[in-house]
Amino acid sequence: MTHEQRELTYLEAIRETLRDELRRDPNVLLIGQDIGVYGGAFKATQGLIEEFGEGRVIDTPMAELCMVGAAVGMAFMGLRPVVEMQFADFISTGFDSIVNYAATNYYRWGAAVPIVIRAPNGCGLRGGPFHSQSPEAWFVHTPGLKVVAPATPADARGLLLSAIRDPNPVIFFENKYLYRSLRGPVCTGDADLVPIGQAAVVRAGEELSIVTYSAMVHEALAAAEQLAEEGHSVEVLDLRSLKPLDTAAIVATVQKTGKVLIVHEAQITGGVGGEIAALIGQHAFEYLDGPITRLAAPDTPVPYSPPLEDAYRPDTSKILVAARTLLAY
Amino acid sequence: MEEFSAEFLARAHYWMRMARALDDRVQLLHKQSKIAGGCFSQLGHEAISVGAALTLTAGDVAAPMHRDLGAYLVRGITPKRMMAQYFGRAAGVTGGRDGNTHGCGDLSLGLFGFVSMLPASLPVTVGAAHAFKLRGEPHVALTFFGDGSSSEGLTHETLNWAAVFQVPAIFICENNQYAYSTPTAHQMRITDIADRAAGYGMPGVVVDGNDFFAVYTTVRAAVERARQGKGPSLIECKTMRMRGHAIHDNMAYVPKELITKWQQKDPIIRFEARLREYQMLDDQRLSDLLAQIEHEIDEAVAYAESCPYPDPATLTDRVYAEL
Repeated sequence: MTHEQRELTYLEAIRETLRDELRRDPNVLLIGQDIGVYGGAFKATQGLIEEFGEGRVIDTPMAELCMVGAAVGMAFMGLRPVVEMQFADFISTGFDSIVNYAATNYYRWGAAVPIVIRAPNGCGLRGGPFHSQSPEAWFVHTPGLKVVAPATPADARGLLLSAIRDPNPVIFFENKYLYRSLRGPVCTGDADLVPIGQAAVVRAGEELSIVTYSAMVHEALAAAEQLAEEGHSVEVLDLRSLKPLDTAAIVATVQKTGKVLIVHEAQITGGVGGEIAALIGQHAFEYLDGPITRLAAPDTPVPYSPPLEDAYRPDTSKILVAARTLLAY
Repeated sequence: MEEFSAEFLARAHYWMRMARALDDRVQLLHKQSKIAGGCFSQLGHEAISVGAALTLTAGDVAAPMHRDLGAYLVRGITPKRMMAQYFGRAAGVTGGRDGNTHGCGDLSLGLFGFVSMLPASLPVTVGAAHAFKLRGEPHVALTFFGDGSSSEGLTHETLNWAAVFQVPAIFICENNQYAYSTPTAHQMRITDIADRAAGYGMPGVVVDGNDFFAVYTTVRAAVERARQGKGPSLIECKTMRMRGHAIHDNMAYVPKELITKWQQKDPIIRFEARLREYQMLDDQRLSDLLAQIEHEIDEAVAYAESCPYPDPATLTDRVYAEL
C-alpha cells in the first residue's frame, strides 16, 4: 500500500488523524468543550462537526469529571470516545474519574476502558500558572493508564492512531508549544503508526545521551547540534511513551555513551525523570561515567511574566550548560 | 391498586428475602472472621434495590452501589458467585481484585461495578445512556446514589449533563438519613433532594423507599418515559439505614427512637402484609421460603469456601487489556 506524505503542522497532524479515525471506525467519537462549531480552543477539531455531525463531535457542559465518566460508560457500550481537555491543566478537575474509575476498572471487574484523553500541555506561551502545566507524572504513577507525549507531527499521528485503537485508557499529552511552530512530514494511512511503549533515537551520538520527550526533544536536538560544532557527539532519545517506558532503549543509550542528561519541562521533584534515573541506576550502573543528571523545571508553579517563564522553562541554553558540565566530568 | 401477577409478586418477594438473608449471613460470617475487610449492610434497602432493578429488561444497564445487594442479585449475579466475591475468591465477581459489593460489574448482565468515591458511577451510567441515545437503541440506564453523595459536585455535573442531552437515565437517590455519621440536616438545607431535579429541568419525585409498590411503579414510569425518548428522571426514595455505615460502626449517633420508628416500616414486612391480604402468603409458606433461601445460602457459603483464593502469581495480571 502506498502512502502519501505531506508537510503538516503538529496541530494539523492531530486534526487529520482524528478525521481519519472518525472515518475509519463509526464507534469513534469526540467529546469536549467548544470542540464543535468553534472547533476547539486550539482548533484541533475544526471542521469535524461539519463532516461527522453533533452525534460524533459532542460539545459538552463544563464538567470534566462527568466528561471522563461518561466516556467510560460509552466505552462500556462499545464506543471509542476521544475526550479533549481544553488544557492539560484542567485535567485535575476530571482526576477522580480517570484514576479511580477508568484506570482500575479492567483490573477489578474485567471490562476494558478504551478511551483517549487528549491533554494540551506545555509552557512557553505566556499562559500563566493554569494554561501551561505538564502534569504527566500524576498519570505515569497510576496503574491501568498509558501515557504518551509525542514530539513530532508524525509521532503525534502515529501515537494517536495507537491510542484510539488501544483497549486501555490512554492520556495523550500534545504539546501546545509545538501546535503551530513545528511542521514535519506526515504520512497518510498507518505508515506512521507508533506502538505505545517504543522510544526512538532521534540523533545518534557517542559521548552523552539526552533522554527527553515532547517539546524538549527539539531543545535537546538544537543543543546537540551546537555541541557537534564544538566537537561533541551527543545522542538524543525521544521517549514518546511515558507509560510504559521503553526501559530497553533507555538502558541501551546509557550503555552506549556512559553519560546521561534527562530533560523534561515538568517540575523536577517527583517527575518522570526521577523514575528514568532510578531505572538507569539499577540497570546500567556499571556503564556510567558521570552522575545521572536531571534538567527540569524548578519546583514552582508556572509563572506568567516572560522573564520568569523563560527562567522556568528548560531550553537549549540550559541544556547546553548541563551537557557541557556532564561532558567535562 | 394495580394488579400484579402472582408470579411477579413471588419473584419480588424472593429477591427481597434473598437480599436480606444473604446480607445477614455476610454480617455473621464477617463476625466469624471468615470475611475480611469492610462489610456494608443493605438492611432496609430491599424495596429500593429490588423494586428498581425489576423494572429493567435485557439490554438495559444498572450501576448499583453498596446498599443494593438486591439489584445485583436481580440482574443475575448468583448467590454463589456473590458469596465467592465476599470471600475474596478467584471465582468471585472481581476475582479477588475488589471486596464485598465493590466492583461487582458484569457487562453480560448489564451491571457496572462501583468504586468507593461515590457517586463515581453516575456519569458512567449516563455515558451508557448517552450511547443508547446516539445509536437510537430503546434501552435505559439506571443508577443509584445516596444522600451523602448528593453533596458531591459530580452529582450536579451528571444530572445536568443527563438533562442537557436528554439521555435515557434514571437516577435513584437512596436517602437513608445518614452519610456515615452525618445526618441529612448537616448535608443540606432542604428536605427533599428530589427538589433539585427542577433545577436541572427534569422530573423529580419523592417516594416511600420502604414501599415496594411505590418504588416499583414510580421507577417503572420513569423507565418508560426514558425509553420513549423523554429524558432522565430523579427519584428520591426515603428510607433508613438500619445498621451502621459498615460493620465496625455501632451507630451510637443515631437516636434509638429513629430506628424503632423505621423498624415499624420494614419494607419486607409491609410487602408480606400485602401478600397475606391477597391470600398469597401464610406462615407456612413464609417459613418454607425462608428455609429454601437459607439452604441456597448454605450452598453458596459451601461453594465459596471450596473455591481457591486467587494465586498470588496473578497479582500483576489484568492491569491492562490486550490489543
